Amino acid sequence: MFYRENGQFKTSYQADQQIFPIPQDRWVILGIVAFAFFGIPLLVDEYLFRAILIPFLILSLAALGVNILVGYCGQITLGAGAFMAVGAYAAYNFLIRVSGMPMLGAILLGGITAALVGIVFGIPSLRVRGLYLAVATLAAQFFWDWAFLRVKWFTNDASSGSVSVANLQLFNWSIESPTDKYLFCLGILVVLGLMAKNLVRGSIGRQWMAIRDMDVAATVIGIRPLYAKLSAFAVSSFYVGVAGGLWGFVHLGSWEPAAFSIDRSFQLLFMVIIGGMGSIVGSFFGAAFIVILPIFLNQMLPLVGGLFGLEVSIALVSHVEIMIFGALIIFFLIVEPHGIARLWSTAREKLRLWPFPH
Amino acid sequence: MSGRNIGEVILDLNNISLSFGGVKALTDISFNVREHEIRAIIGPNGAGKSSMLNVINGVYRPQHGEIILRGEHFANMNSYKAAKAGLARTFQNIALFKGMSVLDNIMTGRNLKMKANILQQAFWLGPAQREELEHRLKVEEIIDFLEIQHIRKIPVGRLPYGLQKRVDLARALAMEPQILLLDEPMAGMNVEEKQDMCRFILDVNDQFGTTVVLIEHDMGVVMDISDRVVVLDYGKKIGDGTPDEVRANPDVISAYLGASH
Ligand SMILES: Nc1ncnc2c1ncn2[C@@H]1O[C@H](COP(=O)(O)OP(=O)(O)OP(=O)(O)O)[C@@H](O)[C@H]1O
Ligand SMILES: [Mg+2]
Repeated sequence: MFYRENGQFKTSYQADQQIFPIPQDRWVILGIVAFAFFGIPLLVDEYLFRAILIPFLILSLAALGVNILVGYCGQITLGAGAFMAVGAYAAYNFLIRVSGMPMLGAILLGGITAALVGIVFGIPSLRVRGLYLAVATLAAQFFWDWAFLRVKWFTNDASSGSVSVANLQLFNWSIESPTDKYLFCLGILVVLGLMAKNLVRGSIGRQWMAIRDMDVAATVIGIRPLYAKLSAFAVSSFYVGVAGGLWGFVHLGSWEPAAFSIDRSFQLLFMVIIGGMGSIVGSFFGAAFIVILPIFLNQMLPLVGGLFGLEVSIALVSHVEIMIFGALIIFFLIVEPHGIARLWSTAREKLRLWPFPH
Repeated sequence: MSGRNIGEVILDLNNISLSFGGVKALTDISFNVREHEIRAIIGPNGAGKSSMLNVINGVYRPQHGEIILRGEHFANMNSYKAAKAGLARTFQNIALFKGMSVLDNIMTGRNLKMKANILQQAFWLGPAQREELEHRLKVEEIIDFLEIQHIRKIPVGRLPYGLQKRVDLARALAMEPQILLLDEPMAGMNVEEKQDMCRFILDVNDQFGTTVVLIEHDMGVVMDISDRVVVLDYGKKIGDGTPDEVRANPDVISAYLGASH
């Protein structure tokens, strides 16, 4: 109703080039962020933090990374899980092997390591695309699964491949309670989210999208596929790697390679497809959806089954979950490749014009 | 005509031959382009016109022949070198970036001139911000010039064909090219749209002094606006000269009468 641009004429291109050019958007986003920082900690109990909110924040970050590569640059990856693992294990090694290494520093260095590894595994994208690239990234997944299981150096000789991190500390803030962990992840997500938004609206983002949409035309205007693609792999892997570090350090505390298996890679890809390829906010929608749906089904299906006198087993719930994901992915791929984000923006466009559609 | 002076030879193509497997797309073609002129390439379907443009800006590598641009030999022309050397082009089958807005499509044309690094962009620091604004101003000039202000925020995929062609031209102009290669810029347009496009091409040529190499099927347009014309048929050059000379050339006449359009 009040969501209107009418009458708000932008007086300069500068105003038009702000990160969120529509003032309402700016206020809404500021409101959401403020609420996330100050409101949610007052309202939410520990279980919600641990089961939903922290995984949601971290997986959003990873989905954002995958979206940069898949949605913005048009490359495919089935190895996102492996890059989370690279981020997590690299961060772990920086933490234990470099004396005095702060926790945040280790996580960021883990991200940078993942970025470098991402560049290496992105090289095939210069030659192949589509299915072949998918297979190449899959190879990354298997390689790193194997490496973290078998190369004992990575896990500091832990026999099971399981490692753990305790006493998280950021300057003088010791991050122990779920609320602390949540706030820490939120802080990182907000900063990296804004950076992603800046990148995709700037010249590097346009290069990624140009390569995605029409690579011959892109090279003809002087975009170098080498730089555009590898920078997308690097930035994407950085985000995914930082998410991996957070997943290990903050969410799990102790983990083994299975935490970053191929299932994780597929899950991240599904988030991007369902949430919206080529949309920052879509990454959040996708992550929310995939984190919440299983919990929702776990609660709801037994209730619904109970109404009909049916016993709903846990196995059945997880089968239903897989079926729903499958159906949704097919639906979005065929009907709405831009995912929930597009449904959202269509609704918003309607809202903007309401009540006068013309 | 206008006050522009046609200058020295700026682009020289010598003995270009290109084949795809067994198909000879171009056979021993030589011609040149002078600064500030409008040079047309005509010929029946499949004559090799688009292939010729693709050779000039490095999309295709000819098996033989050389490209001399402003006196510089390009043995291995590629798209990046061509763009750096001031060549821009539009495409026969529109090759816009479908998922991006008109404005963003045109902004990509400024890419080679944008220097802010990835960290400056991520934090939207001074240099990145200034640069974005500076290039936006230039792009807005082009938008005004081509009269597409009303569609700047629209995703190009939603535009009608004629406007897409115009955006394609805008993106090429954003590169501020010295030589503009246009592959059938008026194909599929109605009369009014064609007139607009003609006017834009002449204005670009006249106001910015841009050299234009143009492929076009509409003979009326070609004869009207071009200074010199190259005629290709089955990958061979069969005519080269002013519109009047070409029109009087018996080989050209028979190629055109023999070929159905
Ligand atoms: N990438 C390619 N691979 C194989 N053959 C090609 C390729 N590009 C062009 N050809 C062939 O080269 C010849 C010339 O094609 P080209 O597109 O240059 O013709 P044209 O004069 O532009 O025709 P039109 O008027 O239809 O656009 C044709 O026989 C075509 O099939
Ligand atoms: Mg052609």
